[in-house]
Amino acid sequence: MADATVRASKAGTANRVEMMLIGLGMVALLALPFFVYPIFLMKMMCFALFACAFNLLLGYTGLLSFGHAAFFGGAAYFTAHAVKVWGFSPEIGILTGVVGAALLGLVIGFVAIRRQGIYFAMITLALSQMFFFFCVQAGFTGGEDGIQGVPRGTFLGVFDLHDEHTMYYFVAANFLLGLFIVWRIVNSPFGLLLRSIRENESRAISLGYSVQNYKLAAFVMSAALAGLAGAIKALVFQFATLTDVAWQMSGEVILMTLLGGIGTMAGPIFGAGFVVALQNLLATSDFPVTIATGLIFMICVLIFRRGIVGEIYAWLNRRRGEKPE
Amino acid sequence: MTSAAPLLSVRGLNAWYGESHALHGVDLDIREGETVTLLGRNGVGKTTTLRAIMGLIRKRTGQVTFAGKDLIRMPLHHTARAGIAYVPEERGIFATLTVDENLMLPPVVAKGGMSVNEIFELFPNLKERRNSQGTKLSGGEQQMLAIARILRTGARTILLDEPTEGLAPVIVQRIGELLVELKHRGMTILLVEQNFRFASRVADRFYLMEHGKVLSEFPVGELENRMDELHEVLGV
Amino acid sequence: MIFGIPIQAFAGQLLVGLINGSFYAMLSLGLAIIFGLLRVINFAHGAQYMLGAFIGYLVLAKLGIGYWPALILVPIVVGLFGIVVERLALSRLYEVDPLYGLLFTFGLALVLEGVFRYVYGVSGNPYPVPPALAGGVNLGFMFLPIYRGWIVVASLIVCLGAWLLVEKTKFGSYLRAATENPKLVQAFGVNVPMLLTLTYGLGAGLAGLAGIMAAPVYQVSPLMGSNMIIIVFAVVVVGGMGSILGAILTGYMLGLAEGLTKVFYPEASSIVIFVIMAIVLLIRPAGLFGKDA
Repeated sequence: MADATVRASKAGTANRVEMMLIGLGMVALLALPFFVYPIFLMKMMCFALFACAFNLLLGYTGLLSFGHAAFFGGAAYFTAHAVKVWGFSPEIGILTGVVGAALLGLVIGFVAIRRQGIYFAMITLALSQMFFFFCVQAGFTGGEDGIQGVPRGTFLGVFDLHDEHTMYYFVAANFLLGLFIVWRIVNSPFGLLLRSIRENESRAISLGYSVQNYKLAAFVMSAALAGLAGAIKALVFQFATLTDVAWQMSGEVILMTLLGGIGTMAGPIFGAGFVVALQNLLATSDFPVTIATGLIFMICVLIFRRGIVGEIYAWLNRRRGEKPE
Repeated sequence: MTSAAPLLSVRGLNAWYGESHALHGVDLDIREGETVTLLGRNGVGKTTTLRAIMGLIRKRTGQVTFAGKDLIRMPLHHTARAGIAYVPEERGIFATLTVDENLMLPPVVAKGGMSVNEIFELFPNLKERRNSQGTKLSGGEQQMLAIARILRTGARTILLDEPTEGLAPVIVQRIGELLVELKHRGMTILLVEQNFRFASRVADRFYLMEHGKVLSEFPVGELENRMDELHEVLGV
Repeated sequence: MIFGIPIQAFAGQLLVGLINGSFYAMLSLGLAIIFGLLRVINFAHGAQYMLGAFIGYLVLAKLGIGYWPALILVPIVVGLFGIVVERLALSRLYEVDPLYGLLFTFGLALVLEGVFRYVYGVSGNPYPVPPALAGGVNLGFMFLPIYRGWIVVASLIVCLGAWLLVEKTKFGSYLRAATENPKLVQAFGVNVPMLLTLTYGLGAGLAGLAGIMAAPVYQVSPLMGSNMIIIVFAVVVVGGMGSILGAILTGYMLGLAEGLTKVFYPEASSIVIFVIMAIVLLIRPAGLFGKDA
């Protein structure tokens, strides 16, 4: 009983804090391009969405995918190719990327969900590495050069995305759409079921749920959303390269989620913001990003497993616990 | 025997499995060479008491002293080296080890343990099967092996958890004889047993447990007078 | 000629496959031993392999310590490094989800790789074949460089040695017993925390040994570890981590499969192991030698 109350109040705090953050975030989202380089903000939003998509799987289903770069980078290739070679409009180009990532997710997920836990992580890593080698050799990806000079095009035939501010609000709209989808999934009966799988898989099975199908569905949704992030990134930077499908990218999105707070809505956004900002900072120094990334990983795992947002929630709950209302 | 301080003394022992509070202040004493039996229904904390004394449950408070040493503060692997051996309820025979390897696994902690030959004299059927996998043994043989491997270590105090559970009457008989033999050799035994008839053949004293506490304590001679109480508490 | 392929080329690729397989076997063996007892997937295994090659390269370049002493020295140094890592970090993670062990060692791998990249760049450094093993013999159907023959023999010896250590020694019986029920083994008086530390050190040392053995075959490069570890993960998934022997056999088998693919369909040689992994998962999810579902 007492346990349930604590949990309820925890959810209450989390929701109120999240509401506040959403309000602040909206204002910031509208105003920021007038103060900060839009391209930097767009990069942050792409990675934030990527991390939220990843968190849908790790945080709410308990599956650690070590291969999400395949969906992010894969969609970037698909969109870049569709827009540049086939001359698709940006919205259809993005859709191509998302559908491609979802199909890729279906194939990889179908194989990977056959094992659990640590094996799942290794299998997704191996399969995404396979996709990486495929991208190295396949003709349409341009091999080591990637696909360069991707046109941003005109959204709905009206908004010219080559204008930096127009592009910014286009990305912001997609970002919010992506977040909204994640939020809807998490708070739907389906999301509840995913969480019960995370808590106790064998109980969910014994209750008669076809857990494998639900896991696969979650995997495909996460892949599609990661694809949305990758597709937009291809348009923002106007290229798609091997970097986005490499295993390091899969590691990066894990780090963003872990650092921000696994299983929180806002965590991955903060984590992504922090990591992208750090990368920008280090880009001008000669301190290698890999070392910084690795160190943050080690520190997070050892002493900071709840992540930034997770720690804030825990702190708020402790305060509430000490001063009962 | 003089009325020396008890060899194993437990005071106010509390233990937890995660959040669930399983022992609520257990007190008991065992003198050297004594055989003491914990009686009680399933789930009253008999096994938990053994596991908490041994240190297999780390979430515990209270005092456990053995031969003057404080066991509460000891790392798990030091408890055995102090001279206490443990035979778990599920016997704990390792499936990937042969009978021989299972027998040789527990390190020798003191002089005076049996040699392998002595053990095989005591348990001839283990000798025949020394190269088979541990789990290919019958339940009775597994129990014999679980006790046999302790005898090699030289430990003089044994915590024995339901050694007769699920075994055929012939084997129960055999284990009874074995316990009498160990008693004659001067071993100190803390036995958890549901079957007090069986226990009365070896035990000097009984502790009756209920709800994670000791309810009463009496010598074996009083067993017959306590039948009503036992029937009520044990539900037999 | 075999299937229209000159026999020399065929035998040559098979040998390359066998060499790769030797390293897969040695590395997946260590990974399996570590995982069995610690329940940690050692992502840093590749980095420790790279560390082994680099230490060998550096002691040769700076101190003039050659291949043979390095063969002893390197595993010890990398093993000690592993021991420090286990004591300081991994030992704090046994109570939490095993995924954290994977993530920690991933971070460690990034740091190790990053440091060597920073200091030595990404280009490979050659390591000379030791004079005693230089040259080659003509087997009639192919030319066999002696060092490559040595790799195959030495890796078989290492695998056999590791197998004997686990299956036939006292240490091995502790290891197997603690893999099943660590608490009970500790309750018998075995210092299980120490056993965990030594086991991680042993696994890391094995990776280091593979690294110094690999130095004369591949270039010594900071990236050699991460390229390797992902393949070894696939090997381990195919073999199933339940059995040491399974890990070894799978390593050689997949190396050979890779070599054969290079002969018949070179474009697919970089992905064939992953394809095999996917097929095995679809047919036999527990892996070829796995018992756990």
